[in-house]
Amino acid sequence: MAHEATATRPEQVTAKTAPAPAPQPERAPGGRHGSRWTPWLYLAPALVVLAALLVYPIYQLGLISFLEYTQAQVSGGEPTTFKGLGNYRTLFSDSQFWQVLLATVVFAAACVVTTLAAGCALAVLLTRVRALPRLALMLAALGAWATPAVTGSTVWVFLFDPDYGPVNRLLGLGDFSWTYGRYSAFALVLLEVVWCSFPFVMVTVYAGIKAIPSEVLEAAALDGASQWRIWRSVIAPMLRPILIVVTIQSIIWDFKVFTQIYVMTSGGGIAGQNLVLNVYAYQKAFASSQYSLGSAIGIVMLLILLAVTLVYLRLMRRQGEEL
Amino acid sequence: MSRTATLPAAPARTSRLRPRRPGRLAAEAAALLVAVAVAFPLYWMVLSAFKPAGEIQSTDARPWTLAPSLDSFRRVFEQQEFGRYFLNSLFVAGSVVLASALIAFLAATAVTRFRFRFRTTLLIMFLVAQMVPIEALTIPLFFLMRDTGQLNTLWSLVLPHIAFSLPFAIWMLRGFVKAVPEALEEAAYIDGASRTRFLWQILFPLVFPGLVATSVFSFISTWNDFLFAKSFIISDTSQSTLPMALLVFFKPDENDWGGIMAGSTVMTLPVLVFFVLVQRRLVSGLGGAVKD
Repeated sequence: MAHEATATRPEQVTAKTAPAPAPQPERAPGGRHGSRWTPWLYLAPALVVLAALLVYPIYQLGLISFLEYTQAQVSGGEPTTFKGLGNYRTLFSDSQFWQVLLATVVFAAACVVTTLAAGCALAVLLTRVRALPRLALMLAALGAWATPAVTGSTVWVFLFDPDYGPVNRLLGLGDFSWTYGRYSAFALVLLEVVWCSFPFVMVTVYAGIKAIPSEVLEAAALDGASQWRIWRSVIAPMLRPILIVVTIQSIIWDFKVFTQIYVMTSGGGIAGQNLVLNVYAYQKAFASSQYSLGSAIGIVMLLILLAVTLVYLRLMRRQGEEL
Repeated sequence: MSRTATLPAAPARTSRLRPRRPGRLAAEAAALLVAVAVAFPLYWMVLSAFKPAGEIQSTDARPWTLAPSLDSFRRVFEQQEFGRYFLNSLFVAGSVVLASALIAFLAATAVTRFRFRFRTTLLIMFLVAQMVPIEALTIPLFFLMRDTGQLNTLWSLVLPHIAFSLPFAIWMLRGFVKAVPEALEEAAYIDGASRTRFLWQILFPLVFPGLVATSVFSFISTWNDFLFAKSFIISDTSQSTLPMALLVFFKPDENDWGGIMAGSTVMTLPVLVFFVLVQRRLVSGLGGAVKD
């Protein structure tokens, strides 16, 4: 994520496009000591682990999504049969799938926007207060960040409990059940997700603002720029790379929310009203043993996130980021 | 953050933007208010864990208790082998942190200090790997663990989590390895250091703050694991981890909120301690990883 504003790419200079590279040592920095194989030696453990536990399972996931794979095949009672795109056809003709997909996209977008807004606003706030309030807010945020997803989810459910929770009493809502209605349940999960993910944004953006030379900000303030104007015209452009990173990370995390939905809405809400893709895939596979359909949903998620990655890479490229 | 921030020394340096005083007071009031709101769920969790049974199940939800008791904690540790689950969780998270930090350090060194074919391809792969919805991989991983006989062992949790925390760790460490000047490397070789020696005695200590920052992420994602524990540890409860133990207190008729809150408190504490220990490094680490 380090940035160099150089438009030139050293690897283009040194890259060998010849299919059979000459047997000379790589021109690594200080490379008189390394053979061509040194980087691969360093990479070996990572590549082995990733190949066995990430690449191979993804391949398997794709494979299962093309097969007939239910409880019968798992226990070895029946041979697996190849179904081609049959599972995907089943999936795409199921109206519930489209409903869940839409809910996932809308829910993730709402989480990302709220998280970023809260995180950035509080990061700016942090730069404007003295050490003591700053420490208080930092510690509170670190606490929220450190809370495991399972415990955070249970605590929030308890806070909003219709009988014993303090929130309803505070707001005078009586015994209103948050998890009963579809939208109020999603709102509750959204609050929890924002609560546990804004600290990452806040701390990262704050670190970025601290790295901006204070003279720049002083000058803007002296020129009579408003806070909003300083943020928009001075801080935001300088923070662009950081903002891209936190935005993309948030999209990835919020699109894949699992534990919060699973715990807070007891596995996807009443009649599956609060399902998101991730939980939906899990329920399909492990609750109703339709492993092929669960895998197909997983592949769909993978493709959506891959598209997000490509957008990210293009943004990075345009910035002249050197990988 | 406390000690990295400049303590209010000279009045001219207290604020970076020199806002007018009422503006700053308003900002500080807002910061404190948000801090209280953000900390409230954690306060309520700890409070409920110490409340006696009668108060927990009362409908007036008082924000304090006059008769703190350890009943809920006692119930958690007696009813469940909670101590054992705790150690299991600690073992899994600890193994993942150590292994992924070492492996990621080597890999990050390779992709930043060397130029070789497929380097960019690899980097893009590491980035793409972060996008993978690991929950979706529960299905193939379940079969993989079953076929290699790892079901119901802690390794079925350790191994996947090493793999899942690697891409982000490598990606984040790149910035730290890059920040070490190449002149230093040259100087080390001129002084006759071997590559291995440079790696472990010079580069490793310099990159250590970055390793701490990345470890936080791998620790949290592993400690949070709930799905794999639920799916791979099926019949041998002696290998369970904390999240599973927590779910026992959810009962269809009446949740044992006291037990749930006490369990949650025990589960949250180690992460909090870990965080407080490394928070300075974490903040500078995040800054370092995304520095311009």
